[in-house]
Amino acid sequence: MTPILQLKGITKRFPGVLANDHIDLDLHKGEILALLGENGAGKTTLMNILYGLYQPDEGEILIGGEKVIINSPTDAINAGIGMVHQHFMLIPVFTVTENVMLGEETVKYGDFLDRKKAAKRIMDISKKYNLQVAPNDYIRDLPVGVQQRVEIIKLLYRDAEILIFDEPTAVLTPQEADELFSIMRSLSDQGNSIIFITHKLREVLDIADRIMVIRRGAVVGGTTPDQADKNSLAAMMVGREVNLEVEKTEKEAGDLVFSVKGLVVADKFQNIVVNNVSLNVHAGEIVGIAGVQGNGQTELVEAITGLRKSAEGEITLLSQDITKASPRQITELGSAHVPEDRQADGLVLPFPVAENLVLCTYYKEPFSKGVILQYKTILDHAEKLIEDFDIRTPSAMTPVSSLSGGNQQKVIIARELSRPIDFLVASQPTRGLDVGSIEYIHKRIVQKRDEGCAVLLVSPELDEIMELSDRIVVMYRGQIIADLPNKDVTKEQVGLMMAGVLPEEALAEGDQHAVEPAL
Amino acid sequence: MSTSTQAIKHERIYEVSPTRKLVMGIIEIIIGAFIFIVFVRTVSGAAKTTFVMTPGGINIGQAGDWILPTQLTLIILAALALIIGVVQLIRGFGHATNAFVGLCGLFLIFSFITWQAADRSLNLAGMLTSAVLLAVPITLGAFSGLLSERAGVINIAIEGLMLMASMVGALIGSLTQNAWIGLLGGILASVLLAGIHAVLSIKYRINQVISGTVINIFAAGMTAFLSQKFLQTNQALNSPPLFPRIPIPGLAHIPVIGPIFFNTNIFVYIMFILLIIIQVALFSTRWGLRLRSVGEHPKAADTLGIKVIPTRYMAVLLSGVVAGIGGSFFTLGSVGRFEEGITAGKGFIGLAAMIFGNWTPIGSLGAGFLFGFADAIGSKLSLLGSNIPAQFMGMTPYLITMIVLAGFIGKGQAPAADGEPYEKE
Repeated sequence: MTPILQLKGITKRFPGVLANDHIDLDLHKGEILALLGENGAGKTTLMNILYGLYQPDEGEILIGGEKVIINSPTDAINAGIGMVHQHFMLIPVFTVTENVMLGEETVKYGDFLDRKKAAKRIMDISKKYNLQVAPNDYIRDLPVGVQQRVEIIKLLYRDAEILIFDEPTAVLTPQEADELFSIMRSLSDQGNSIIFITHKLREVLDIADRIMVIRRGAVVGGTTPDQADKNSLAAMMVGREVNLEVEKTEKEAGDLVFSVKGLVVADKFQNIVVNNVSLNVHAGEIVGIAGVQGNGQTELVEAITGLRKSAEGEITLLSQDITKASPRQITELGSAHVPEDRQADGLVLPFPVAENLVLCTYYKEPFSKGVILQYKTILDHAEKLIEDFDIRTPSAMTPVSSLSGGNQQKVIIARELSRPIDFLVASQPTRGLDVGSIEYIHKRIVQKRDEGCAVLLVSPELDEIMELSDRIVVMYRGQIIADLPNKDVTKEQVGLMMAGVLPEEALAEGDQHAVEPAL
Repeated sequence: MSTSTQAIKHERIYEVSPTRKLVMGIIEIIIGAFIFIVFVRTVSGAAKTTFVMTPGGINIGQAGDWILPTQLTLIILAALALIIGVVQLIRGFGHATNAFVGLCGLFLIFSFITWQAADRSLNLAGMLTSAVLLAVPITLGAFSGLLSERAGVINIAIEGLMLMASMVGALIGSLTQNAWIGLLGGILASVLLAGIHAVLSIKYRINQVISGTVINIFAAGMTAFLSQKFLQTNQALNSPPLFPRIPIPGLAHIPVIGPIFFNTNIFVYIMFILLIIIQVALFSTRWGLRLRSVGEHPKAADTLGIKVIPTRYMAVLLSGVVAGIGGSFFTLGSVGRFEEGITAGKGFIGLAAMIFGNWTPIGSLGAGFLFGFADAIGSKLSLLGSNIPAQFMGMTPYLITMIVLAGFIGKGQAPAADGEPYEKE
């Protein structure tokens, strides 16, 4: 049978980079094809070509055996291709109906919107595929999982038969992700074909019919879930054997290093986003804050590190009150911060690696004498850290902006962990990194904990929390709803709590299910 | 997974915003207290204020005079402001907060004229008529800004567009001795300048505020130069015909309302027609949905096949059309000749009205009326021989605007992509 979609020899060059190198891809009707690869492997470029956002330099696209030229998203939509973007393309102040119909409006008397008729069509689609939405709700009032359903309906409304999902689970709770998978399954059962882009191995094994792995712009292999496992997929992705297990020994927690009592923090719109949060971190302990992004973790970390004023509550580090302390005072007490957004908050991008490595210490001996920076010392220091932390950079004077994401993160890790510290706040330390760098950074964090440092880890990646933490704290809508030792909970139970299910219920719920071991 | 109870339901996180609620309530209470302390206590209980309810020079839709007991009226107004303030403090008015602050501002202004006219007579209808006329350029400026900003382009050049339109309108009107052709000329001039703003800010992605400012400076200089060189030296070039007052059959005979709204300048009618057209077009048509989507999330619009750049051009040019009408009003609907700086900042005040009105047509109109009313007081009070500089009362709406704009306004009302150039990847 002719595949519904064929890509033949797609090649795309950007200045200095070969983003796609003669990629061939076949997609059959009713199939879920997972496109697996690290960040920067070229998955998104390939899909943007398919969706008309980029033009390929070479190669052709065939739909149902016919050659097509896709110059714009409109062409793609007309060819039956639809895409659920990683960052939703929804307008918060519009209703579901308005968002779905936009660009393909149902009109009456010339140009007047026929919202009723469009809403009816949305309800029909929603029934057919079991995608529950209320057409008159405003997007801004909907949880993320529902917003994603609206995105899917948008495609079905346009009669798309080839659906591309770009990292669809990045913003979902594990339960929402499971719901999404069952929706994807029902879509494919009804004859739609799906391309599923991801770098999460578990998801690929769960849902895909077929797996295609891309590395450095080229297809490195294809397989099926029953012939593969996590380790073999990771090896294909990275190009070498990867150790996915974090080696960690049991350890008794030491003295209290850091504590927060009754903390209340507001965002810039004066909404309370951290609501009466209390937590303790002891020496030699990793406390993991689990929670879907946007539940107040960002603001909590900013308050802890002195970057945001707190409205109420007390923050104590090494028995000193740091509630009103400046970031520098907090740093000098022996605290380190790996920020969530490394490019915005962690690095000065145009500065060379060497200068970025002394951002918290440049003003002190031996890096400066009086007001004069001591470049020789700074460079020697940089050379040493580049070696110790395996930072891949052409030289210590290379601007940090030209490094890969993983190496940028290593610069931050090197800067923060090479100082004598008692407390580490690591916010999404492996966001967007490849498997190899993740492995390395995890090892470093555990090493710091073994040396007796207190670690507060914030991550929306449940796997990361489960692997690293000694104690797990679940944050939901600004509040801490659970604070439990890692060994007392399963991944599924934490997932339920991340979705807002009360701990008592989540723990009871989890017991009824076969408990899935942590990755 | 079975359905489970959520630890915290899908309510929104509790909104603090106590500052805004508090400040607005306090302002309203201060207004009430001010009326009571300054006005009520300084008039005698027997004083009467007479409001003439027929504007001068009108012979249809006449109405009898209103004679109000001054002190009682003031007490009622003060009490209303206090009640609004207390309710605001306790419960809050949510989305209607701005409207209620505006209402209290109106009470303050009305108390002031009632107090000033104690034992005297004031032509309130005449004042309202001129208020409506003064509101025209402000409201049209607000509509102009609305069209452009709803599509994501900040148009601070409205002042310049109006100035240019008023001069070109006067010039063409004088040359052809036809007000309609003059209006058309004014619109064209404004659209041309708007086109420059569009090219600079959409195509070349220059900072939109800077592009608008440059156009304002250009228009001020250019009109001053041309006016000195030609219009002032040759009066034949600066005597356009005025649009006449047009009574609407039937409606013009309604007392009070008739003379103010239905026996007036064609620009007032255009303003109301535009209100309806813009309201319907923006919120009920495919055209409006697409225009707004481009102002909210241009990338999303683009992925759905909506042409972002042409939509923005169209919106800015339409903004130019409306600003052109507003500018022509000065020379063809009101003054009858062009003078330097004739627009006197009305374009900027129009933008303030648009923001005060939360980027909605009806809100813009309301704010335009409030500002127009304050302007009207200035001229009327000097006629009354008041001992208080009328400018103080004339300031009220702007004070209110500043309070509203100074961070208290409900954020997130502006189009999300307002002021952000769009670049295709």
